[in-house]
Amino acid sequence: MSITNEEMDHLSDLAMLKLSAEDKDLFTKQLNTILEYFDELQEVDTSDIEATSHVLPIRNVFREDKVEESIPLCECLQNAPQIKNGFFVVPKIIDTE
Amino acid sequence: MKYEVVIGLETHAELDTESKLFCGCSTKFGSEPNTQTCPVCLGLPGVLPVMNKKAFGLSLKTAVALHCEINQFTNFDRKSYYYPDLPKNYQTSQNYFNIGNNGYVDMVVDGEERRINIHNVHLEEEAGKLVHPEASDANYSLVDFNRAGVPLLEIVTQPDMRSIEEVENYMQTLRNILLYIGVSDCKMQEGSLRFEASISLREHGSTVLGNRVEIKNLNSMKAVLKVLAYEMTRQSSLLDDGKEILLETRLWDDVDAVSRRMRTKEDAHDYRYFPEPDLVPFWINQEWIDETETAIPELPVCRRQRFVDELSVSDYDAGILTEDKSLADYFEECVAISQESSKELSNWIINDVLRELNEQKLNVQDFVISPKMLTELVEIKPTIGSSIAKEVFAEMVNTGKSAPVIVKEKDLTQMDDTSELNEIVVKVIEDNPKAVEDYGLGKKNALAFLIGQTMKITKGKANPKILTELFKQRLSSISK
Repeated sequence: MSITNEEMDHLSDLAMLKLSAEDKDLFTKQLNTILEYFDELQEVDTSDIEATSHVLPIRNVFREDKVEESIPLCECLQNAPQIKNGFFVVPKIIDTE
Repeated sequence: MKYEVVIGLETHAELDTESKLFCGCSTKFGSEPNTQTCPVCLGLPGVLPVMNKKAFGLSLKTAVALHCEINQFTNFDRKSYYYPDLPKNYQTSQNYFNIGNNGYVDMVVDGEERRINIHNVHLEEEAGKLVHPEASDANYSLVDFNRAGVPLLEIVTQPDMRSIEEVENYMQTLRNILLYIGVSDCKMQEGSLRFEASISLREHGSTVLGNRVEIKNLNSMKAVLKVLAYEMTRQSSLLDDGKEILLETRLWDDVDAVSRRMRTKEDAHDYRYFPEPDLVPFWINQEWIDETETAIPELPVCRRQRFVDELSVSDYDAGILTEDKSLADYFEECVAISQESSKELSNWIINDVLRELNEQKLNVQDFVISPKMLTELVEIKPTIGSSIAKEVFAEMVNTGKSAPVIVKEKDLTQMDDTSELNEIVVKVIEDNPKAVEDYGLGKKNALAFLIGQTMKITKGKANPKILTELFKQRLSSISK
């Protein structure tokens, strides 16, 4: 399995990254090296082994449905690039054509 | 119509919890923006989400109530997409091991039982709320994260619905179930219950599904029905012209009553689901499922049928009674206490109790007339007559006194002693010779006048049946 240039375009789109042609070549090569490593892992016979979904051997960790104090508004907004009336300001969202 | 319509529905219901899904922030609706947030629901780095036990339990309850196969092993996945209302750039949801799969909802359409299959029931977190400024030239949107992380249940049907009526029926049936089992308040005006529809058309008899259009932004049941009617027209005229239906997502614009194509990249649906490493997996053992099953009350559709079969209530009335669980409970309490016919009790509830509840905007639990008081009224009715019974009902509403007390205080017991009534009849006939003459001339309302005079004397307590009989006998002997 290896990644093509088109797949690299798709991946950078999904990650919202603008990559130069050189970057693309570089990352494609690097990702393919990683995938080759996985190919090596594929050679291990795992037919008798149950799938692992989590590395921790614990399950059913819950908290009770209790309200705890939220943080102050000023703390909530302290990382906001822009603020208006207690809201985060973001670029205008246009949903329809 | 020339085409068959095929519709599937996704329902999002906010679960009725005090705190959010993964943190202790309040889920209260309508607070000042961004005052119910913390590092967990703001998606700040280094935080650890912990599952709200109640939210998980309510999801399991819904899956069981919708007859799903419960996945004993269930876990959560990250659904990645970029949108400003999603602080983590992924939504913690379920994709590979949903809480429930392959369930169904039974409903009655035109008197026939109809089954809508449920594809899956899964639990996820709400996104924040985007607010768009009213000025059309504003180049920004506002985000409130109070809603981010509120537990949200998604219920996905198979594409099983074949008409708009079925969709309407399904939405109401599902809403009733959610209310009955107490998992969501289902307040559509607060966004607690929302729908997304997918709709396609195909030639009658075809077994292949046509290209489907998904529609979002449906904030009311009415909007769902409107957009489906709109899409049926739009899609059928495209097909008539030999054009292709595009596989796309559209948004419903309630103001202009049109659906519009949503701006999405073709590959936008690449959510790259993978297991959420921050939450451990969940195992639901048989004991938990059994416990949940016993906690589920009889569902509306079964209860309605039982009211018809066992309590001789008409299907229509049974539908009204079971629409609200507490009203159905009220009715059953009345039936359990009283020897009177359940039909009579149902009539009182549907006509009189419901009218009062609507006027006073009350729930039946808060109504001044308890089931016991209503049965007392119905039992005492034969001794006071129907019209006085209505007055007693009004008096009960006003004073909170019981029917026997009111009847005793106001001395309302009906007079049905024939000899006692006869004396009054003789006197009324003596005092009203003109009316008696009119009666002899065949004027029908002369009798009504005489009865009215008698009612005045007896303060409405004379038994009208006996009274009419007595007047007829006496008047016919006079006119001879």
